Amino acid sequence: MERIVLPDIKDLHLIDVYIQNGGYQAVKKAYAMSTDDVIAEVKKSGLRGRGGAAFATGLKWSFMPKTTDKPKYLCVNGDESEPGSFKDRQIFEFNPHQLLEGVLIACYAIQAKAAYIYIRGEYAKWVKLLQKALDDAYDKGFVGEKMKETLGSQFSCDIFIHKGAGAYICGEESALMNSIEGKRAYPRVKPPFPASNGLWGNPTTINNIETITNVPAIINKGAEWFSKIGEPKHPGTILCGVSGHVNKPGVYEIPTGTLLTDVIYKLAGGVPGDKKIKCVIPGGSSMPPLRGDQLEGVKMDADSLKAIGSGIGTAGVIVMDEDTNLVKVLARISKFYHHESCGQCTPCREGAGWLQKVLERIAAGNGVSSDLDLLISIASNIEGNTVCALGEAAAWPVRFMVTKFRQEFETYVKADVSIPVPNKVHSMRATEFPVADIKL
Amino acid sequence: MEFSFSEENKNKIPDILKKYPHAEAAVMPVLYLAQEQNGWISQEVINEVASVLKMPSEDVLGVATFYTMYHKSPAGKYHIQVCTNVSCMLRGGYDIYEGVKKRLGIENGGVTPDSKFSLEEVECMGSCGTAPMLAVNEDYFENLTVDKAIEILDSLK
Repeated sequence: MERIVLPDIKDLHLIDVYIQNGGYQAVKKAYAMSTDDVIAEVKKSGLRGRGGAAFATGLKWSFMPKTTDKPKYLCVNGDESEPGSFKDRQIFEFNPHQLLEGVLIACYAIQAKAAYIYIRGEYAKWVKLLQKALDDAYDKGFVGEKMKETLGSQFSCDIFIHKGAGAYICGEESALMNSIEGKRAYPRVKPPFPASNGLWGNPTTINNIETITNVPAIINKGAEWFSKIGEPKHPGTILCGVSGHVNKPGVYEIPTGTLLTDVIYKLAGGVPGDKKIKCVIPGGSSMPPLRGDQLEGVKMDADSLKAIGSGIGTAGVIVMDEDTNLVKVLARISKFYHHESCGQCTPCREGAGWLQKVLERIAAGNGVSSDLDLLISIASNIEGNTVCALGEAAAWPVRFMVTKFRQEFETYVKADVSIPVPNKVHSMRATEFPVADIKL
Repeated sequence: MEFSFSEENKNKIPDILKKYPHAEAAVMPVLYLAQEQNGWISQEVINEVASVLKMPSEDVLGVATFYTMYHKSPAGKYHIQVCTNVSCMLRGGYDIYEGVKKRLGIENGGVTPDSKFSLEEVECMGSCGTAPMLAVNEDYFENLTVDKAIEILDSLK
């Protein structure tokens, strides 16, 4: 299989090696095309976002207004803070120039004069690595004013790196923009959408690091080539980060549509001690988990995972063997979302904390039987009632874990008491897995 | 305690400002610069950053308190961060955390009396494939065992 995002080439992070291997040719090719043609090519390739929502990239670019006096911006999201997700750091380390070349092409397509690459603060080492690559690209005249001369084009743009400071919420696109603006990273109410009202109120496109890194290959080899890789409705390769109870954890670049069981057993070397799998979270901690008996035949792409009631997310596969204490795992996940709730919306700020408290109570052996319904009731009342999807991210693991592993949770519940729990929920906006009433 | 930017750091600020069309956007990188110099973000630091960027100090305070990586109290020379989130937890993250706590004799958020170490239980650092891990200031140490973690602590002078 051909690797697109992380090719197996030694020292590819060095600009000279990248150029020797055909680097910075795609940008030349793209700049000789019209901006409409570049967007059409990316649309035709079927490239979908790799940051979680799997939205069509070309379509997103086409939302940018053509006639406007305002400056336009590109933001590239490398906040990567979802537990189980550690793919973007591989790009910063091993293939930074393909990312930068992708940024140059994207900026041209949407006519952005500046791009901000947002990297989480903890990745200080990777910020330095990407900064070095960026400095080299500036020196060689591929970025900034000098690119007009080097690439023989009318267009030029600048690329800046913005370092975060430890807030998961910055991975949400509007929170990310507020963070770049130097504010607390509160997500914004949409509409208005970033394409009309983004960074400093100007038209802005936000793409994931991995998404953008695919772009030079699409321009070089054509949309048709790309669209034939993997699953037709979600083509290309994905960086799949496997962690937890596997023999060989790590990031594997796979064609979309690869079987989840192949990822776990063939690539990641199976479960230590040949234990059975109890639970797999296929897309980073916020995605609904799958039971061990649900894995057969499941493919790693957005539509297949949605069909089975989960999501591709950031393709961070977390594997848990049969001895895992899911109550403790879920309590830990809820602690994370409580910690990372930005505090803007009451249902998430308070609800995530309640979820954590109830789960820690159960884990400590002090749970009562009505706690399980209570958890689902709280989770369902967060979902859809918040500005951003962190509400869902906090609610889904709880709602799905408790429902799918109800028996295990019941064994941790001590006293059998009957406290009535309201089971009507009211969601103010549509969510991916809607619950009108709670069904167990 | 008084705070003002050193000459060297003062000279770095115009370059940071060039990256953004509005000065307030530089607040995060400038806070980092201040933290590098002062070790933590005190009220004096906030006032200085606000005056350099010509923005209300309340807004600077708002940013400094929102993001966890700005220290709101003095940290140790070596700030030890242990991840205990799911992927690390499944591979023994809590053993590392407990081991480090015991070795340093401090709790989460604590600083040793000699100000050499401070400890923080952190959320996912993106080392899920190389779990468990800890970070010393900006440097990651991955694929740890408790013994290796202790060895790392003991090697810090």
